[in-house]
Amino acid sequence: MTETPARAETPPSGNAISDFGIDTTSQSTGEAIRDYFARLRGGELGSLPALLGLAVLVMIFWALSDNFLTLNNTANLIAQGAGQIIIAMGLVFVLLLGEIDLSAGTASGVCASVMAMHYVEAGNLLGGMGTTVFWVFELGMLLAAFLALVMRIWAGAVFALVAFTMALLGVPPNAWLEMLLAVCVGAAIGCITGFMVSKIGMPSFVVTLALFITWQGVILQFIGQGGVFGIRTSQVLFNVANGNLSVLGSWLLCLIAGGGYAVVVLGEHFSRLRKGLVTKPTPIVVGRVAVVGAIAVIATILFTVNRSPNPDLVTIQGVPYVVPIILALLVIGTFTLNRTRYGRHIYAVGGNSEAARRAGINVSKIRASVFVVSSAAAAIGAIVYSSKAGSVDPQAGGLNTLLFAVGAAVIGGTSLFGGRGKVAHAVIGGLVLATVNNGLGLLNQPAAVVNIITGLVLLLAATVDALSRRRAAVASR
Amino acid sequence: MSEPLLELIGINKSFGPVHVLHDVDFTVRAGEVTALVGDNGAGKSTLVKCVAGIYPMDSGEVRFRGQPVTIHSPKEAANLGIEVVYQDLALADNLDVVQNMFLGRERGSRWLMDESSMEKAARETLASLSVRTVKSVRTPVAALSGGQRQTVAIAKAVLWDSKVVLLDEPTAALGVAQTRQVLDLVRRLAEQGLGVVLISHNMADVFEVADRISTLYLGRLVADLPVKETTHSQVVELITAGRSGDLGLARPEQVTL
Repeated sequence: MTETPARAETPPSGNAISDFGIDTTSQSTGEAIRDYFARLRGGELGSLPALLGLAVLVMIFWALSDNFLTLNNTANLIAQGAGQIIIAMGLVFVLLLGEIDLSAGTASGVCASVMAMHYVEAGNLLGGMGTTVFWVFELGMLLAAFLALVMRIWAGAVFALVAFTMALLGVPPNAWLEMLLAVCVGAAIGCITGFMVSKIGMPSFVVTLALFITWQGVILQFIGQGGVFGIRTSQVLFNVANGNLSVLGSWLLCLIAGGGYAVVVLGEHFSRLRKGLVTKPTPIVVGRVAVVGAIAVIATILFTVNRSPNPDLVTIQGVPYVVPIILALLVIGTFTLNRTRYGRHIYAVGGNSEAARRAGINVSKIRASVFVVSSAAAAIGAIVYSSKAGSVDPQAGGLNTLLFAVGAAVIGGTSLFGGRGKVAHAVIGGLVLATVNNGLGLLNQPAAVVNIITGLVLLLAATVDALSRRRAAVASR
Repeated sequence: MSEPLLELIGINKSFGPVHVLHDVDFTVRAGEVTALVGDNGAGKSTLVKCVAGIYPMDSGEVRFRGQPVTIHSPKEAANLGIEVVYQDLALADNLDVVQNMFLGRERGSRWLMDESSMEKAARETLASLSVRTVKSVRTPVAALSGGQRQTVAIAKAVLWDSKVVLLDEPTAALGVAQTRQVLDLVRRLAEQGLGVVLISHNMADVFEVADRISTLYLGRLVADLPVKETTHSQVVELITAGRSGDLGLARPEQVTL
C-alpha cells in the first residue's frame, strides 16, 4: 500500500477537503503505533490496565498454585464468573447514563426464584406462591406492562405481558420456558424501576436502594426462610453453566466467532478504504484479526482436550456453554451501543443530557429503557449463576452480587460518571474479579483475605481511572 | 436590499405580569448578518426563544418567505430551516464531531446507522465553511478548543440545509484568535445565502460582521439600521437609553404609555 506521511499540519491546497489532514491521508503502521502510545500517555487507557492486571494476576496464581492454570480450572473459572459478568454487562447501560441500579442483584434473585419455583412446583406458580402472593405478582406484571406502555417502551410491555400470561396459564415445566419467564420477569422489574427514575424523577440511587431491599424480601417470600429450590435435576437448567459444547460444536463456534469477527472487521475496513474514508493501516487491522483468530483457534484446541481430573472415568471436553452465551451477549450489546441509534442516544444522554434533549432525543425514555436492559440482563445472569450453584436459596443475588458486578464494569474501564464505557469492559473486569476469587480459593485463603484483595483490586482500578482522567484533562487543553 | 426571509410583526410576549416583548418587529434577510443588540434583560434571548419555538408568542405574526407560519415547537422551527446555536453549545463531550453534528438525526436505519455517509457529509459541510482548525471529524469534542467547539456547533446548525441561523453570543467565551475564526465563519454563512442573526454584546464584533443592527430596549425594538449609516456611539446610546438623536424611541413627553 502507498503510505503518505501524515503530519499534524497539512499545507492547505485548492481542495478544501484536504483541510482534514488526518482524515484523508492514510497513516503508516509505525505512525499508527506511535499515535497509540501518544494517546496512552495522554491518558486514554481504555481497558489496557484491566488486561495488564489480568495478565499479572494469572502469572501470580500460576506461580503460586499448580492447580490454577489447568484446563479444568480455567473452564471452571469462566463458569464461576459468568453470572456476574452478564449482570455487569447490563449494568454498563445504566452506568453510561451516570445512573446506578443497586437493585440489579436482588432483582436477578427474584427472577431466579420465580424460574426455580416454576420448575420445582411443576409450573404451578399459584400453588407455589399461595393465592394472595400470586395475584400480587400478577398485578405487578400488569402494572409493569402498563408503565412500559405509558413510557412507550414496547419491548418492556411485551415481556411483562408474556410473564403475566405464562404465570396465569401455568404453562407446563419446560427449562426453556422457565428461562424465558425469568428474563420476562426481569424486564418487567426494569420497567417499574425505569418509570420511577425517569417519569417520577427520583434519584436512581434511592429508587434502586429501596427496591434492593424490597426484592430481597420478595425472594424470601417466594422461597421461604431456610428453603431452597433445587434445579440440578433439570438437565437443561443445570447444563447452562455446567455443560459443554460437543467437539464439533466447539469448532463451529470457533468458526462463527473468529470468522464472523474477521468478516465484520475486514469488511468495514475495506468498505471505508473504498469510500476514501480514514482507516487504521491495513497491516494493523489484518494483524488484529489474525491475533483474534489465533486466540479463538488455540482456545478451541485447548477446550476440546479432555480436561477431566480422571480422564479414564469421565470425559469433560468442549467449550463451556457460558462462552457462547457471553460472546452472543457481548456482540449484541456492542452492536447496540455502537451501531444503532438507540446506542448513540445512550452515549449522548450520558455525555450531555441537555444537548440530547435539544437534539430531539426522548431523554426520559432512554433513561427508563436502560433499567429494562439492566434488569433483563440481570435475569440472564441469574439463570447462569443459579445453574452453576444447582439451586436457588433466599440469598440468591443478594450479598455482594450487585457490588461485584458494578466493580467488574469499573475495573474494565467504565466510568461511574456516565458517557464512557463498553460492554466489553464488563467481561474483562468480570474476568479479573473471577480470577482473584478463584485463585485465592485455590490457595485456600479465608474469605477475609479474598474480600480484602478484591477490594484492593477495585480500589486500584478506580485509582488508575481517576489518574488517567486527570491526565486526559491536562492533555486536551 | 434582499427579500426578507423571516419577518416578525408585532410580537408580544409576557411572563405573567412581566411584559417582556412589546410589539417587536424584526426582519432577517437572506445573505445578511443582522445583529441583535441590547442590554441585559432587553429581551434578546426571549425573542430568540420565541423564534426557535421554545416559548409561545402571545400575539403577533411570523412570516417565512412572505408566507404566514406558526412556530409552536423547536421541531417546527427546524422544519422551516431555522436553527439556533445556543450559548452553551449543546454538544456531548464524549461523542466525536460527526456524532454530534448528526445527533438526533442520524442517517441510515434505526438498527444500523450509515456512518460513512454521515462522516462524508460532516466533512463536506466543514470544508464548505472553510474550517481549517478541526484536524479530524472523528476527534471527540472533549479534545477541541472553545473556538473549535463553536465551529462545530455552527456547522451542526448549517448541516440541515437551514435558511436562518441564530447565534447567541458566539464569541463571548473566546480568545482573540478564536473570535477571529468564528467571525469569519459567521461572514461565510451569510455569503452562502443564509439569514444570520448574531446576538452579541461586543460592539467591535457587531460592527465588523453585521450588515444591519437591530436594537432592543426594554422589550421594544427601537431601531433597525444599516451598519454603514450607524456609528458606534449611536448604537451604545440606543442600547442604554433607547434613543439617539432622532433615532429610537420618541421623547417621553410625546409618548403615551
